[in-house]
Amino acid sequence: MNRRLAIGITTVALAMASTACGGGGSSTAAGGATSSGVKLPDLHGQHLQVAAVWTGPEQQNFLKVIQQFDKLTGAQTSFVPTGDDVSTFLGTKIQGGAAPDVAFLPQPGVLAQFAKAGWLKPVNSAVDKELSSNYSSGWKNLGASGGKQYGVYFKAANKSTVWYNTSAFQTAGIAQPPTTWAEFLKDAQTISDSGTTPVSVGGADGWTLTDWFENIYLSQAGPDLYDKLTKHQNKWTDPSVAKALTTLGQLFGKSSLIAGGNRGALQTEFPTSVDQTFANPPKAAMVYEGDFVATNIASDTKAKLGTDAKFFPFPAVDGGKAPLVSGGDVAVALKDNAGAQALLQYLASPDAARIAVQQGGFISPDKALDLSVYPNATQRALAQSVIQAGDTFRFDMSDQAPAAFGGTKGQGEWKDLQDFLANPSDVAGAQGKLEADAAKAYGNAG
Amino acid sequence: MAGQTVAASAPQGAPARPSTPNGRVPRRPRSLIGARPWAAACFLLPALVVLGALVAYPIGWTVVRSLFGADGFARFVGPGNYVNVFTDHQTLTALENNAIWVVVAPTLATALGLIFAVLTERIRWGTAFKLVVFMPMAISMLAAGIIFRLVYDQDPAKGVANAVVVGVHDTFFKASAYPGAHPRAGSALAASDDGGYTTTAAVSPGTPAMLPLVGIAPTTLHGAQQAAVPAHCPSGAVCGTVWLDFKPGGGGTPGKIEPGMKALSGMRIQAVRDGHTVATATSAKDGTFVLPASSVAGGPVRLSLPESNFTAQYGGVNWLGPTLVTWSIIGSYIWMWTGFAMVLIAAGLAGVPRELLEAARVDGASEWQVFRKITVPLLAPVLVVVLVTLIINVLKVFDLVYVIAPGPTQQDANVLALQLYLSSFGGGNDQGVGSALGVVLLLLVLPAMFFNIRRFRKERSR
Repeated sequence: MNRRLAIGITTVALAMASTACGGGGSSTAAGGATSSGVKLPDLHGQHLQVAAVWTGPEQQNFLKVIQQFDKLTGAQTSFVPTGDDVSTFLGTKIQGGAAPDVAFLPQPGVLAQFAKAGWLKPVNSAVDKELSSNYSSGWKNLGASGGKQYGVYFKAANKSTVWYNTSAFQTAGIAQPPTTWAEFLKDAQTISDSGTTPVSVGGADGWTLTDWFENIYLSQAGPDLYDKLTKHQNKWTDPSVAKALTTLGQLFGKSSLIAGGNRGALQTEFPTSVDQTFANPPKAAMVYEGDFVATNIASDTKAKLGTDAKFFPFPAVDGGKAPLVSGGDVAVALKDNAGAQALLQYLASPDAARIAVQQGGFISPDKALDLSVYPNATQRALAQSVIQAGDTFRFDMSDQAPAAFGGTKGQGEWKDLQDFLANPSDVAGAQGKLEADAAKAYGNAG
Repeated sequence: MAGQTVAASAPQGAPARPSTPNGRVPRRPRSLIGARPWAAACFLLPALVVLGALVAYPIGWTVVRSLFGADGFARFVGPGNYVNVFTDHQTLTALENNAIWVVVAPTLATALGLIFAVLTERIRWGTAFKLVVFMPMAISMLAAGIIFRLVYDQDPAKGVANAVVVGVHDTFFKASAYPGAHPRAGSALAASDDGGYTTTAAVSPGTPAMLPLVGIAPTTLHGAQQAAVPAHCPSGAVCGTVWLDFKPGGGGTPGKIEPGMKALSGMRIQAVRDGHTVATATSAKDGTFVLPASSVAGGPVRLSLPESNFTAQYGGVNWLGPTLVTWSIIGSYIWMWTGFAMVLIAAGLAGVPRELLEAARVDGASEWQVFRKITVPLLAPVLVVVLVTLIINVLKVFDLVYVIAPGPTQQDANVLALQLYLSSFGGGNDQGVGSALGVVLLLLVLPAMFFNIRRFRKERSR
């Protein structure tokens, strides 16, 4: 929930921070087909409903996208906000016989659950064709379940970004941000020597720690083992997990490298972990979290994105590829009609992505979209990492786990990694607890 | 959950509504209703319907639900959920904490309430004082929780509890000037056992001893001078410099004083030979120090920077850490409920016959004797009511724990009601286990309930 909110606010801030392209969406009207040649059917007189979690500027941004869709097809599309608990909202709507035509789901797990319940309609061949030409197979397959394509990932999140205070790096004499874990540790020590604590960890929020682990694990163990651990086909007592935790312990084990020490980090909530990194004087030089950190920087600190505050991709661990852990929202059709399919087709096209992207605070996984469309350098770089990762990116592991393990305060993975942060030398103990909690949660979820 | 809440609050209502069916009916004169059972039924019906719908039905439903698995009534698990409850380590922690709560919180709140009630009787501004102590009762548990979350904040600039602790601590122990300073890896200094740093090689008079340190932001060294090499060193003395071997923007040769590098003044330096400190010096404004020839003569020494130079700012007490969190939350509970105890006890106190107290005083009893031998025994019934009411209340405690305990220590502060919520709705989504916990909680409340009811009956029959 925290993260949802954080992402929501990100968009607000980035939309405000981005300077260019005011009102760009309305002037690009074309006839029956979009500028990239997507042929949409005539939907005059049809009413469509789209449900998504977005509110405020994020919602305004998306409304521009559907306005353009209405202009192209003649349909009348309305937006329904779902509130934070998307699956409950949609579940009751569907069972009450008032399902929206298209809905955005926040997690692949929900898509699989809905598909299993028979609530989703597979996409038609036109949407599939659009997906195949514009999306990497990794992003396309995230929207599939049981061998059928159901969804279009319209929005992506980049959760492999380390944000840093440029003046702290300058003071320490670090010209180039690190690209490997070894360099990262070395630079951290250099920054510590310069008198600034290098890393801020928002350990009071367990989900920041799961994201740390996921990035290291994805880079070190590779996507295949990552998938196995995600599905709990591999146990948490696996040696690869021990290795990743040991690696994480190289940072967490040195309390002089962590703002407030380990005890302080455990009492630092995510927003504070960002604020203290960009405060004056800074209490830390860098903070790891996803692209939504930009929001907190823009709204809570005086630092300017792109000059005072920059990011570098999460470093590669032990010769692996630099990780890309992602999040995102997938559009699915809940009703079997031409309008819903046409909307999905449109959302899968670069035209829809362009309108959303131009307004800032939005990353599209659409690889056909020209990166120059992004309104500022920070956004462009964030998007570039997502696109460049191709099929090696992985969706946030804890978001795919049962909520009792990967998504609950004071329980499961959150709590176990917090215990690990409190006592980073006890790798085996942490693994034991993780495995016990995972076995219980995955067992209950069936 | 619903069954537990309603059932647990029932005994509190009992004293106010003595019309409990089986309590009062038999004592009525037979002629009134006994002759007309349908009239009795009519009068009882509304109460029975309400009680049935709000108390009996939820309890029954909860008991039945507790025998089924997570996915509704699809899977019958029998006592499985109860086995789960008493083997799960989270629930065991919750049970243990509940025991601490039940013993400590009501006792302390009642004791403090008694003290306040007795003392405020004697002072002129008693009513004003009572008002202030009672005021927290006007706040919801949630708001109180948020207040105490701030009170217990680790940062002394935010949390008043640590502000006080740190303030008192710093009055007696000064923080050092250079917390966090350390030598570069591989420099002439190495960490020593006592937490300070010692030169790896012996130092002899004649060559200036260089003690470079890093890890301090140059901007925080207000008014520090440029570091310098000792200008003139008396023959036979050991001289040297302690300085911040770091240039903003990086670069420079480690271990060499360069322009722009700041001196670390006021650093204590000890000359150590064979484990004994033979001389002590303090660095000057330009970072230089002199260990006089008279004390260092007679062989080489090692230079040591004792730990006192580097002790970090005292961070205060970790109120919400694993060990203290339950006690801290109990503290906030006492803050809230002492007023309740005080007001009830004060009301009881008003009913204590003055003559008895006066008589005792005339007979020469001290105030303590009067309090212990007369006031407390006369107040005993009231004290028991307060205590039992608080015990029932404490068994259900949820809001304070849920709000105050931060994520990492939530499990250390866990109580049954919170565990019930967590397993039913907070991620576990296993309402079977939740219902089992509700039943356990109800069973724990029952003795207190029966005790209260029995007492009221006895009182009435007196």
